[in-house]
Amino acid sequence: MHELTMPSLGADMEHGKVVEWLVHPGDTVHRGDLIAVVDTDKTVMDVESFEDGVVGEYLVDLGETVAVGTPILRLGTGADQPEVGPTRPAEAPSEHAEALPAEAPQEQPTPREPSSEAPFANRLAPREHAEAPPAVAGAHRVRSSPLARRLAARLGIDLEGVVGTGQMGSVSEADVRRAAAETAGAPASGPRSATEEVPPSAAETGKPAVVPSSHIGSQPSPDKAATIRAALGTLMAKSKATIPHYYLSTTIDLARPAAVMQERNLARSVAERLVPAAFLLKAAAVAAHEVPGVNGFWTDGAFAPSQSVHLGVAVALRGGGLVAPALHDANMLSVDELMEALRDLVARARAGHLLRAEMADATITVTSLGDLGVESVFGVIVPPQVAMVGFGRVVERPWAENGMIGVRPTVTATLSADHRVSDGLGGGRYLTRIQELLLTPEEL
Amino acid sequence: MTPLDPRSAVVAALREIAPELEPDEIDDADRLRQDLDLDSLDFLRLIEQISKATAVDVPERDYPQVATFGGLVAYVAAHQT
Repeated sequence: MHELTMPSLGADMEHGKVVEWLVHPGDTVHRGDLIAVVDTDKTVMDVESFEDGVVGEYLVDLGETVAVGTPILRLGTGADQPEVGPTRPAEAPSEHAEALPAEAPQEQPTPREPSSEAPFANRLAPREHAEAPPAVAGAHRVRSSPLARRLAARLGIDLEGVVGTGQMGSVSEADVRRAAAETAGAPASGPRSATEEVPPSAAETGKPAVVPSSHIGSQPSPDKAATIRAALGTLMAKSKATIPHYYLSTTIDLARPAAVMQERNLARSVAERLVPAAFLLKAAAVAAHEVPGVNGFWTDGAFAPSQSVHLGVAVALRGGGLVAPALHDANMLSVDELMEALRDLVARARAGHLLRAEMADATITVTSLGDLGVESVFGVIVPPQVAMVGFGRVVERPWAENGMIGVRPTVTATLSADHRVSDGLGGGRYLTRIQELLLTPEEL
Repeated sequence: MTPLDPRSAVVAALREIAPELEPDEIDDADRLRQDLDLDSLDFLRLIEQISKATAVDVPERDYPQVATFGGLVAYVAAHQT
């Protein structure tokens, strides 16, 4: 028997409280299964197990605030139970990496590998809206987008049974949502079924949606925004005190991405429309993969570059506060996939359904002000990351090119970077690469 | 699809996205983005909700017409079949 402890869900987390158990004593859990909903100063998150085992007793009470590292759950080891064989996802290397903490991000393979799909489905199947049987191994043989697969896994939908309406019968995110809606009402089968209702609209409580009222014990607190602000303040003070920031800025012509976006949006239903941020984030992710010194972590006095780009995206929460969950392998996603992932991530951030890994493993963060707000933003680096990218509002400006002046939509891109890792030359190369990528948006 | 009262439909869609808004406090002249604090993703979700609830699709070229709460209500009213 050993104990699972309160995990750290980000560099700024010192304590947390369990607000809902997703497993019960006697349940068998596998590495990656969700075990609890944890409320931190910033947001509510789903926490997964790092081990296989049989659930023993709860070691903390619901709503009890405990420090990171405090044992929260006793777990029987694999020796106490028979091997479960093929349904055990833990042996897949990608699953292993999936559950690793942020200290070893360079070991994370891309989750797009087919081998990771089935464990991923297993990992997430019990999570929520358990109206349908969990997705089964082999579901990845159905032609579908990675996002549709992920969504299906999360909603517990078997892709085999979903009618695809995309190219060559491929299953889209919309198809999965439709299938989920159709199966709603079927008997619930997941561990969370007893408490997982359709999250009531926060309108009922009149409070921001930061703390979904479906989470037992996490009554929305009027002080939540203040707590988030305090946690953010502490982290940013640490960042400014320990990281030697330098700042760069450049203005980028967005005429081509804007034209490509408008043309694509014309033929699309609103659910598939793009926003300019999708192009900006994609360019920022691809450039981060190519330019050394901006993507990775500063830990123990040295820079550990990351091969994967997990792009942190600053999301404003309604009612105040900010979280920056990661879009995993953002450089590998198409603009359309990234847009889908972004919408999903933002919606979950605001509903308090982020996953631990999303909060803990961003390798570089982007803050985008969208098409409102000011023209440029110089961000503060989120430790232990080494760079923060800022995109201001998209602004029409007079633009001189080839001796001619025209009016173009433009954006001011900024970089705040860690001088221990890079300098103006390298940082400049990064912003220039973003600019180049946005000149050929068709290839993004 | 049963036609809904356009104002109720817009209020319902809006509260899905911004639950803290009180229907009584929303003015027709309120700009969805600047005054009601919707970002570009929120705005897309709103348009999507409207489309689901009323079957009124707002193409991108018509976004300027639906920049305000009142504008969106009028747009839904005019395009509802």
